[in-house]
Amino acid sequence: MLDYIWLLPTLPLLGFLILILTAGNLPKRAVAIIGAGSIGLSFLVALIIALRFLGSGEEYFVKEAWVWMAVGGFDASFNFYLDGLSLTMMLIITGIGFLIHLYATGYMADDPDYSRFFSYMNLFVAAMLMLVLGDNLVVLYLGWEGVGLCSYLLIGFWYTNPENGYAARKAFVVTRVGDTSMAIGLFLLFASLGTLNIQDMLHAAETQWAVGSGLAVAVSLLLLGGAVGKSAQLPLQTWLPDAMAGPTPISALIHAATMVTAGVYLIARTHTLFEMAPSVQILVAWIGLITLLMAGFTALTQTDIKRILAYSTVSQIGYMFLGLGAGAWSAAIFHLMTHAFFKALLFLAAGTVILSLHHEQNIFNMGGKRKQLPFSFYSFLFGSLALTAFPYTSGYFSKDEILLGALEVDGVGLWLWLGGVIGAFLTSIYTFRLFFVVFFGESGGHDKEKEVGGWNMSGPLVVLMVGSLFAGYMNLPLDIIFSQGESHEEHHVSPLIHGIMIVVPLLGIGIAYLFYGTRTFSIARIMASPFAQSLHKFWFNGWGMDTLYNRLFVNPFLWLARINKNDIVDKFYCFLIELSSIANRMMVKTQTGYLRWYTLTVAAGLVFVITLGALL
Amino acid sequence: MESIPIEHGLILASILFTLGLIGVLTRRNIVFVLMSLEIMLNASGLAFIVASARWEHAEGQVMFLMILTLAAAEVAVGLGLIIQMYRRFQTVDINVLSEMKG
Repeated sequence: MLDYIWLLPTLPLLGFLILILTAGNLPKRAVAIIGAGSIGLSFLVALIIALRFLGSGEEYFVKEAWVWMAVGGFDASFNFYLDGLSLTMMLIITGIGFLIHLYATGYMADDPDYSRFFSYMNLFVAAMLMLVLGDNLVVLYLGWEGVGLCSYLLIGFWYTNPENGYAARKAFVVTRVGDTSMAIGLFLLFASLGTLNIQDMLHAAETQWAVGSGLAVAVSLLLLGGAVGKSAQLPLQTWLPDAMAGPTPISALIHAATMVTAGVYLIARTHTLFEMAPSVQILVAWIGLITLLMAGFTALTQTDIKRILAYSTVSQIGYMFLGLGAGAWSAAIFHLMTHAFFKALLFLAAGTVILSLHHEQNIFNMGGKRKQLPFSFYSFLFGSLALTAFPYTSGYFSKDEILLGALEVDGVGLWLWLGGVIGAFLTSIYTFRLFFVVFFGESGGHDKEKEVGGWNMSGPLVVLMVGSLFAGYMNLPLDIIFSQGESHEEHHVSPLIHGIMIVVPLLGIGIAYLFYGTRTFSIARIMASPFAQSLHKFWFNGWGMDTLYNRLFVNPFLWLARINKNDIVDKFYCFLIELSSIANRMMVKTQTGYLRWYTLTVAAGLVFVITLGALL
Repeated sequence: MESIPIEHGLILASILFTLGLIGVLTRRNIVFVLMSLEIMLNASGLAFIVASARWEHAEGQVMFLMILTLAAAEVAVGLGLIIQMYRRFQTVDINVLSEMKG
């Protein structure tokens, strides 16, 4: 059965081919069955494979498919590599992916481009599975670029609005910066180790490089660049909030549950390299911490329901990076899994709210919706609880492990932990701010609308609710992979630390309740001071990162483009064209139409050649 | 018997060839151009004969036979074209026929 692992990416790919080749000529029902069914089948296969694999007790499994290319010493084979890490990722991708596909069959029901939507979604899942199952960095890179392409296509799905196209291009270009760095990292790895097979490469690196050597630092920095771009971390985080221009199921699937966690996967997969470059590893932790705090503050000020969730995603991936940087590898992957559940739940619930209220996204135009949208209310309640790490929900376990892992880092551990706790505090405030504003208080409009959704929309929400609450009890088979260097499971810390980690989110919820639930405190009074207003504006614009990048990169580029409108490089090629047309005009003159002239030239040429032959 | 030196034959052939070429280049009447072409062909034929006599090889004579045949065929086609040309343009002046210029 394990041999059938190739079916996993093939089934979605087949779905994509069928949907794209029929070009929207299939009835919607058939599209839904093919689109969601291919992922469902893929999930079934993944489940069976997972059971077999765990039952066999093997450490890893390799299925050789075919050799993609072999040139000289370089060979990239298309092999599937299954171990605890790729198993976890594969189940998340197909499982959550299937739920979101199912939800999308209802959410996108009125869209004229139904078939195109599902074809891209299927292609995305296929590429994502290639990314996690490839045993070769080249195959991983193929999947990496594939998901980037699908992300671009789906953010700009409603392409008639130029803003969506702009958001799609922004996402593509910004992640490309990271991808370039990653590609250079791969070249460097191949040049120095001579193989791109992940396991061989890691072993070679371990035996050939010294800890902290220049090559290890350079390679892990370059790979980190790729991860940072894909996972929307500082300094390449600006694309994710704008990526919310895509349909909501896309935000749930690509920009919350799977693709943006590819960076976390990459670092976890190559964690040996990062362990050999301790300075880079601690940098990962700091990047995660700073990103999670910045995104937390930004989320506090947003008014668009999807942008709040987007910043929250950036912040939660920051936690994963913090975990990776602290060496708590399995905690980071654990958080990746629980985050996939509750963030997919929150996004899908937000999708239901948005669709029910006819594409209203401003939370201050909602208000008091708990009776009107009961189902979304409960989804949001459970999702928010898990997101804020409310005790004994899934998020509590994973975030706890990350923070405890961070605490154990030598030297700066307490600072990392403290930052993480402040982040958790912010998380609970902005999450419940959203929750109270949307579902409690006075109605801000949209009183007549009813909640939309059939079983295909509510079913996935129910499953995800259960997952958000109880996924924390799952035991991921990651111990073997991260066994060396893992700061080990049983954390012995004082009850005080535990107490703080439990109380802080509750405190945040309480504050959000007082401000937005009962309105005991007034936001307006805080906002009265000019300092608060400018701070609000600063945070609202994402710490001015977009403005900064516009000044630093976009405007100089546009300026260059403007002054180079006539293309200096082109001048050379235009000159070649000019030259040959001059030659052409000269040759045309010899074409007189007089026979004697032609004869004369032939004779003269002959005389010339013979003379030349005689002389030389 | 005293044989004619090969140089004499070749000089005669080149004089004939040059005369023919000059004829082709300067004549306006296409019938004369065709005749000049014949002279050139025969000049080259003469060169072959002289060479075959000098090295006592039969190939040169064979080549001359071929040139004769070729010339006959060429004249047949050429004259046919000239008649067509005259019918169509009412002239045998090749300078008039210079439509195909660049």
